[in-house]
Amino acid sequence: MYVYNDFDETFVRARVAQFRAQVERRIDGSLTEDEFKPLRLMNGLYLQLHAYMLRVAVPYGTLNPAQMRQLAYIADRWDKGYGHFTTRQNIQYNWPKLGDVPDMLEALADVGMHAIQTSGNTIRNVTADHFAGAAADEIEDPRAIAELLRQWSTDHPEFQFLPRKFKIAVTGAAADRAVTRAHDIGLVVVRNDAGDVGYQVIVGGGLGRTPMVGKVLRDFVSKADLLPYVEAIVSVYNLLGRRDNKYKARIKITLHENGIETIRDLVEDRFDAIRAGFGGYDQTLLAEIEKSFSPPAFVTKATDGYEAARLANPAFRSWSDTNLSAHKAPGYAIVSISIKKHGATPGDATSDQMRVMADLAERYGHGELRISHEQNVILPHVHQADLPAIYAALRKADLATANIGLASDIIACPGMDYCALATARSIPIAQQIATRFDELKIEHDVGPLKIKISGCINACGHHHVGHIGILGLDRAGVENYQITLGGDGTETTTIGERAGPGFSADDIVPAIERLVTGYLDLRRDQSETFLQTYRRLGLAPFKTLLYPNEDKADAA
Amino acid sequence: MPPRFTPKVVTANALLDGDAVWLTEDDRWSPLISDAELITDEAHADLRLLQAKARASEIAGAYLADARMGADGPEPLHFREAFRTRGPSNYPHGKQVAPQSRT
Repeated sequence: MYVYNDFDETFVRARVAQFRAQVERRIDGSLTEDEFKPLRLMNGLYLQLHAYMLRVAVPYGTLNPAQMRQLAYIADRWDKGYGHFTTRQNIQYNWPKLGDVPDMLEALADVGMHAIQTSGNTIRNVTADHFAGAAADEIEDPRAIAELLRQWSTDHPEFQFLPRKFKIAVTGAAADRAVTRAHDIGLVVVRNDAGDVGYQVIVGGGLGRTPMVGKVLRDFVSKADLLPYVEAIVSVYNLLGRRDNKYKARIKITLHENGIETIRDLVEDRFDAIRAGFGGYDQTLLAEIEKSFSPPAFVTKATDGYEAARLANPAFRSWSDTNLSAHKAPGYAIVSISIKKHGATPGDATSDQMRVMADLAERYGHGELRISHEQNVILPHVHQADLPAIYAALRKADLATANIGLASDIIACPGMDYCALATARSIPIAQQIATRFDELKIEHDVGPLKIKISGCINACGHHHVGHIGILGLDRAGVENYQITLGGDGTETTTIGERAGPGFSADDIVPAIERLVTGYLDLRRDQSETFLQTYRRLGLAPFKTLLYPNEDKADAA
Repeated sequence: MPPRFTPKVVTANALLDGDAVWLTEDDRWSPLISDAELITDEAHADLRLLQAKARASEIAGAYLADARMGADGPEPLHFREAFRTRGPSNYPHGKQVAPQSRT
């Protein structure tokens, strides 16, 4: 893992000291809220419905055990003993006091973390495949380039006042687990015909008010050219992006209004102009960074114990069927720890749970943890021989829910329980849906299903790319939930279709149940997933499930 | 005739802990909407909001919210404002836990 060098350390400490002075000046009245707001946002501090919220960046979703323990400590010392992992691989604290925030930032700096650029019209935390460095299908670990992008974008003087926020995601595998096509820039590690590793560069994806699937700007950019090429894109956007209307300010709109050919030409021109200026320094730096992401020393051990435990313990078997993914090293597995116990708040972990996960990573996981955009925690490098012990420890900590990728593994934004932008609540809907599927005991039969809930049009809950998407709105002073179907956030990214009129808070859970139980009758056989069935049959039969009375009315 | 003015309360977040607060008739910031001044006149509402915004060292983000008179004092009209009087629905945090003990 990357460890802060002197430059990072000095920079982050200086920012904490600056912010400490700014907070003091706000509290003593010498700064107004209008003056202070941009300063606090630059340091990840929001003001929400009931309290402040501090959003801490987890760069490309990677944490070491010491960092996870520090997150737990911060939760206990200055918050309410828990943290909320988000769809951007960040962690949010919902109850910090203004005067404590500089100490919280200092505590983060102690473990090489910060909250810089987790808000504002800047380049945000670079996200990555949460299986990076471990996935069997990966060409190369994308985190070295993500770290290079973090260093380049942090406090980049040209890009502190972009037309709007700017999000970059990186994946090292063709199977897209980082939703790269719904980012301002998506980078996919590819090999060209000569066998060289480089990047396919996708631009202009995004969800929110105007959801769009990103378009390929260049099929192959060599590793040496990547940083100047990305800088050229952001630079072109910085000049061309609209600043007159915040709803038209993202690069997806710039691309849509100007056309991809125009953008491509402008980027190529800018790239030619700035490329020489990089002078190879970025490559020297990248080579250094790559060393910190070299794979751990994998070991060889017998896996008999794992097989025996699977046979002996049905609960362990069920968990290992759903929560493990293929690892590139023989005998190893990737463990996804579900932070989605049925009825709990998606993405929330208590400080005790954080410490348990840190201990497990240290003892069995080569000291690595990941946060996924699906709001779960990953132990990327676990030997199969250690799985029974890990499972037992997770069970004790209430972290052994066997539901990864299933109906109750729901993404949900904080919604109107916390967020000042929300138009409706999303957490209680997620809790009720998960509880209902647990009662029905059908989610393992239903199989892979992604339900994603956003509490407003900004789509932090990725509802557009959920197989079932739920969008909470305010309809004439009442919470109302609109359903979209057929969305997909992988390499075949698709924006879901609106199914019809929305449902009240009381009616949305039964509506989702009708959809899912109805799908069981519509599928060809057990191997056809919800999404495949939807693609084969289209919206009509699902609409009939959602609005049964309307059908009767039509027939009458 | 202009449309009827919906009564308002002035609300904001307390500067130090971000807790939702309401402006009372005697210029205190109360954590309870029932203590708030219910403003029925539009011009007076605008004036009270200006006065509230001037108190930068006590609060942040003051605005006018629709309200009505209830049995114990002003009550919120919109569900968003109702949530602000309680706290989140997923944990017993915020005002729903002994609001009187908060300042």
